[in-house]
This record gives sequence, structure tokens and C-alpha cells, in this order.
Amino acid sequence: MSLRAGVRAFPTLLRVGFAEAVAYRAELLIWVLTSTMPLIMLALWSTVAAEAPVGRYGETEFTAYFLAAFVVRQLSASWTCWEINFEVRMGRLSMRLLRPVHPMFAYAAESIAALPLRLAISIPVALWALASVGPDQFPHDLSRWLIFIVAIAGAWALTFLINIAVGALSLFMESSVKVMDVYLAAYFVFSGYVVPVDLFPPWLRAVTDALPFRYQLAFPVEVLCGNYEIGGALQLLLRQWLFVLGLGLVTALVWRRGIARFEAYGG
Amino acid sequence: MSRYLHLLLIQLRTSLSLAMQYRADFLIEGVISVFWTVTALVPILVVYGERSSVAGWSFGEALLVIGWFTALQGVLEGAINPSLATVVEQIRQGTLDFTLLKPADAQFLVSTARFLPWRATNLLSAAAIFVYAFTTLGHAPAPLHIATAALLFVNAVVLLYAMWIVTVSAAFYVVRVDNLSYLFAAIFDAARWPSSVFRGALRFVFTFVIPLTLMTTLPAEGLLGRVTATSVVTALMFGALAFTLARRVWLQSIGRYTSASS
Repeated sequence: MSLRAGVRAFPTLLRVGFAEAVAYRAELLIWVLTSTMPLIMLALWSTVAAEAPVGRYGETEFTAYFLAAFVVRQLSASWTCWEINFEVRMGRLSMRLLRPVHPMFAYAAESIAALPLRLAISIPVALWALASVGPDQFPHDLSRWLIFIVAIAGAWALTFLINIAVGALSLFMESSVKVMDVYLAAYFVFSGYVVPVDLFPPWLRAVTDALPFRYQLAFPVEVLCGNYEIGGALQLLLRQWLFVLGLGLVTALVWRRGIARFEAYGG
Repeated sequence: MSRYLHLLLIQLRTSLSLAMQYRADFLIEGVISVFWTVTALVPILVVYGERSSVAGWSFGEALLVIGWFTALQGVLEGAINPSLATVVEQIRQGTLDFTLLKPADAQFLVSTARFLPWRATNLLSAAAIFVYAFTTLGHAPAPLHIATAALLFVNAVVLLYAMWIVTVSAAFYVVRVDNLSYLFAAIFDAARWPSSVFRGALRFVFTFVIPLTLMTTLPAEGLLGRVTATSVVTALMFGALAFTLARRVWLQSIGRYTSASS
């Protein structure tokens, strides 16, 4: 299970993953539709902003924010936690462990391989955003787009690592799906998914700054909406990747401990 | 009729004794329910931190909608979802045969197959929200209004159930519908807000296609004493119609059941 084997197998794993995503495209579409909450929040906040702008968010800013949030959520999606839970319960994880590639590579490939299709589904929403708020709302310089791309990668990495970590908890308890539910409830609030984090009252804002959630969503969205100067964005980018690093270490530890306890039932 | 009541009691007892085996779950479910309720309140707190009224609803009034939403979510996850998740699995595996062979109505049997009594914790959360809402509003609801709201809530449960039956019926055609339940939950989430905040196409959808308006906003208006007799009757007729339609769709679909592989 060396790193090299993983890297070498990765392109093939990606191809397999992409083929799977295409085969289950209807299902993928349904999954995409389940994350329409930003659109509902957009409707709500537009009604609120129609009377008078909220903070520095008018109707245009809300539209840009929530449509960007929808796209970012699509591009940073991972559902590996549910997959691991399922495979542990059914004993299928043993199949993965037998392969000469670390399961983490396989999970990552499956997750990434679905992104092109998710991107394709997001394009109409992105176009809608462009058409309704105009191109002025989005960055024009290359550096911001580069930061955005790295920020999206970081957001995906955070989501993926959390999925693996919580998924690996199912090796210690019967099912960790409930843990994920609790995590998701916190994510919806603190990631800026339903309310832009700069509208939070100061105390809630302070809590949000200390947690990793906003780097999963709000940060790339805000970069895309041009909320930061380059310097400020780079600083937040650094913090995001520090979270990725820290979480990576914790995840590796949980996974290693968990796998040592794994006894395949059924199989 | 009394036979079905008896059957229902048996099914309930089975679910209850199953749940009693996992008593610790009561605590976990309770904690999760409280956590979800609190996080669900954050957006509304932020919105009403900015405004005293949104689309004609004050903070206390909007809380009533959230209260009904929480209660309905409890019913959905505790009484409707588990049974219907079971039947979807049975359709896929072909084990629905055993249910169909039993000498009772199949729809009744699959709808009462499984309850999660611990989800009743949501009803406690809802009660807490109602108390908070009426404290904010500064008056208690009149008994007549409570009765109206309760009636409308029962109607909401019927509507929800009808929609679920239609969704499950889809399983006879496309087999994989377990993710439809997530889709449904995602759409249902919009019921947390008074329906007047939605405009244009969304308003049309939430009134006529997926009648979220009837599910949470109307009972909340009932509690406030704002509904007319006509709208109550219309809502009840809508509920009855949806129920009948769902029954027909179910009967149609079950005719297509071919017992997968077993």
C-alpha cells in the first residue's frame, strides 16, 4: 500500500469513478437537487432585501452569494462517510483493504470523478447567476480566480477528510451516520450555507471564525464574490490549508486505529 | 375496522418494544433533536435581528411556523419515513411478497410497518417553540384556534402521507428511490418559512405542486386565528383529494410489482 502505487493507480481509479458517475447519472441529479437549500435561502433573503439592503447585501449581492454557494457546494461535495458506513456494516470494506491501493485513494478518486458531472449540472446555475447579477459581481483578475481554485480544492479536501474521519468512527460504533447528521446541522449554520457569515451577530461570528466550517463553503464563495483584498484572501487561504493539514493528521490517526479493530462480517 | 385498529396496535407495540431495546437512543435522539432545533433557529434569529417583520410575519408568528415544521418533521421521521423506507427496500429485494400474501390491506401493512417512537422528542421541541412563540407574542391562543390548528395539522399529516405514498409508488417503476427521501427532506425544509416569503414560481410550486403552505403556514395561521372557515374547508378537501389520489396511484403501481428475484 505504498504512496507510489496509489499515485500510479489514481488515473485509472478516476476513469472508473467517472464511468460510475455517468452510469448513475439520474441518481447524481437527485443528489444535486437535494442541495437546493441555497436557492430557497436566496428566495427568503431576496424578500428581506427587497425592502432595504441587509448589511452590505442587497438583492444583487444575495443572488451572487447564494448561487455561488450552490456551485461551491457541488464542487466540494463528498459522501464518503455514508459509503464507509455501508461498507463496514456489510463487511465489504475487506475487499478494499485487500487491494494494493490505500482505500483513501480509492475514495478520493470516486469523489473527485463525480465532480465533472456535478460541474456540468452547476453550469446552468452559474449562467443564471451571471445573467441575473451581471459579470461585475465576479472577479476579473487572474489572481483571484487562482485563489478561488485553491480555495475550492481546500474546501473539497476538508469535506472529504471529515467524511473519512466520521466514516471511520463507524469502526468504533455501530453506525456513525448520526454523528454526521449532527455535523451537518452545524455545517449548515456555520459554513454560511443559509446565512452569509458576515451577517452573524459578533459573538456568533467569533464562534464561526474558530471553526473549520466556513472554509468548507463561505470562504471560496466570498472569494468569488470579491469580498476580500488579495492579502486578506491569502491569509485565509493559509488558515484553510492549516485546517486541512491538522484534519488530515487526525483523520489518518482515526482511520489507522479503526482499521486495526475491523472484523469483516459477511464480506 | 376494529381489526385494523387491532393490527395497528400490534404494529405499534412491536416498534415500541424494538425501540425499548435501544433506550440510550432516546437520549441521543433527544440531544440531536434539540441540536437540530437550535441550529434551525439561527437563520430566523439572524433575519429577525435585521427586521421586525418579514413578508407580514413578526418574529413570534414566524416561530409558530417553525414549531409546526418541527412537529411535522417529527411525524415524518418517526412515523412515515421508517415504514416507507422499509417498503422500498422490500420492493428492491422482492420480499414484499410476504406482505402481499398477508390477509390485510397491503398499503395499511406497509404504512404501519415501523415506527421510531424516540423521534417523538421532536414534538417536545415543537412544544417548547410554541411556548417561546406565545411568550414573545404576549398572549395565549384561544381554545377554538388551538382546535382549528390541530385539525389543520392532522390534515398536514394526511397530505404528507399522501405525498409519501406517491413517492414510494415510484419505487415500483424505478426501484432506486431511497435518495428520493433525501430530496423530499430537502424540499420539505422550505416549509420552515411562512409561505408568503416566497414569490413568483416558488410560491406557485409550494402552494399547488408541493403544498408546503397547507402543511405549516396554515396551521400557524390557525393558531393566530387568522384563517377563514372557507380556507379550512378547502384545505381539508385538498387533503382528502390527495389521499384518494395517492390510494389510486398505489393500487395502480402495486399491479406492476413483479417480485424482484427471490
